[in-house]
Amino acid sequence: MNKMVKSIREAIQLAGLKDGMTVSFHHHLRNGDFVLNMVMNEIAELGCKDIFVNASSLFDVHMPLLDHIENGVVTGISADYISAGLGRAFSQGVLEKPVQFRTHGGRPSDISQGNTPIDVAFIAAPAADPMGNCSGKYGKSACGSLGYAFADAMFAKKVIVITDNLMPYPLQDWSISEDWVDFVVTVDAIGNPKGIVSGTTQITRDPVGLVMAAHAAKVIEHSGLLKDGFSFQTGAGGASLAAAKFLKDIMLEKKIQGSFGLGGITGYMVDMLQAGCFRNLMDVQCFDLKAVESIRNDPRHMEISAMQYASPASRSAVVDSLDVVILGATEIDTDFNVNVHTDSNGYIMGGSGGHSDTAAGAKLSMIIAPMFRARLPIVTDKVTCVSTPGKDIDVLVTQGGIAVNPKNVELTQRLKDAGLPIVDIRELKEKTERITGTPQRLPKGDRVVAEVIGRNSQLQDVIYNVL
Amino acid sequence: MQIVKNAAAGTMESSDAYVEIEPAQELTVQLESVVKVQFGDAILSVVQDVLKENGVEKANVRVVDRGALECVIRARVETAINRGKGDA
Repeated sequence: MNKMVKSIREAIQLAGLKDGMTVSFHHHLRNGDFVLNMVMNEIAELGCKDIFVNASSLFDVHMPLLDHIENGVVTGISADYISAGLGRAFSQGVLEKPVQFRTHGGRPSDISQGNTPIDVAFIAAPAADPMGNCSGKYGKSACGSLGYAFADAMFAKKVIVITDNLMPYPLQDWSISEDWVDFVVTVDAIGNPKGIVSGTTQITRDPVGLVMAAHAAKVIEHSGLLKDGFSFQTGAGGASLAAAKFLKDIMLEKKIQGSFGLGGITGYMVDMLQAGCFRNLMDVQCFDLKAVESIRNDPRHMEISAMQYASPASRSAVVDSLDVVILGATEIDTDFNVNVHTDSNGYIMGGSGGHSDTAAGAKLSMIIAPMFRARLPIVTDKVTCVSTPGKDIDVLVTQGGIAVNPKNVELTQRLKDAGLPIVDIRELKEKTERITGTPQRLPKGDRVVAEVIGRNSQLQDVIYNVL
Repeated sequence: MQIVKNAAAGTMESSDAYVEIEPAQELTVQLESVVKVQFGDAILSVVQDVLKENGVEKANVRVVDRGALECVIRARVETAINRGKGDA
């Protein structure tokens, strides 16, 4: 049996791609990805129209998509996260049908349940053998985990593996196995290593960020959850990493060994693993070189699929066993609803990713954010877009105080007893506006440019065009 | 107060404002701001206040605001005026 085909074009033809079909991509190569653009160029040159692109995330490296939209090649988009350059174009309404936003758990849930069938999935593989066993851990384009690609591989009608590192059969330590793969194509490069993984993200030195991080670590310490077996996810932002550093110090001092660190994994989480703060890391995506090296070499650092990470359709997902998650926000309202989809001017510049999934699963979901950024208060009366519903958010940590969702009566008391600066979220809003002034509300557009689909597959909110 | 020469104050950093002032026959204020929708009117009004407080009746003023707080805008405008009048 021969699965090797000479070119991406031939693979697309053999897969039988036709007008109106759906193709899918995963985003582990992030802003260094070449695969989506190479594939979409071939699809355009083959003359296909009306293609739906289901991508786990889109980055500004994917700007050529806008040409394909203009030419009618692409008429529909689903993604869990869209970075600011592309997001701006979508907010201006370049796509006739609204963009569909899903979560990292909702996407594989919808794929596995047949709500969003995929005709042809493209797997960007830093290492693959001729039968399609593939891995993200090896090769010049190594990205570590291939977590988001599993659902695509398992449920798409046809699966094409694209690699720049063909290894002899059988590839040792594969992630996605040959039984899911139809065709294998080799190319010169699947991505630019500089854009795939960042260097080590620095812990913030900004005093405001450090105050927030110290508060965040104290909240965890006094939440009642920090004991042996503790599990934790945090983001890659400077303040989140600083919180992890303070948490690490507390865990080492009190000799607490956690069970696992989860998520998009950074070098900082690897440090915590190596220092003995966790028994394992569960990794759906690597953010930096240190994480890639660790998942390749350390058996305690395990790859998980997006289904196991966060899908509500799975029998269980890791987020269901998560104790604490630290998350960001561009806005949070007095009902604790969080926006991570749009910036303060209403332009799309992000998406839920795993935000809603981890917030729903974790026992303590914490938002860490400054009281205001560039004069714009973080707390508003009503968020521009509900990315994660307030019922799933427990605490907001700012430099001006800690607001606890009023549903958490016991937690409020614990934190007050620990002497932490607890403040009502409405008071925090007023306190902030005494410094910044009260902003005028943005005028809302008249056209829906994006639908935010909750992890339960239901429409949760919509995003309007920017006037 | 007379503005006798071109002057500037501030930076283009986030949360700061960059203010330029130059001699002119009348008073004009030009504003560019990342928070123009939310705070544009408030910024223009505080710039006018500071000009008035310092007795500046004729000048071209250009403010590039990166989300500065009101106190920062005041300070930057005041400094630009002091530099433009020639004794700072």
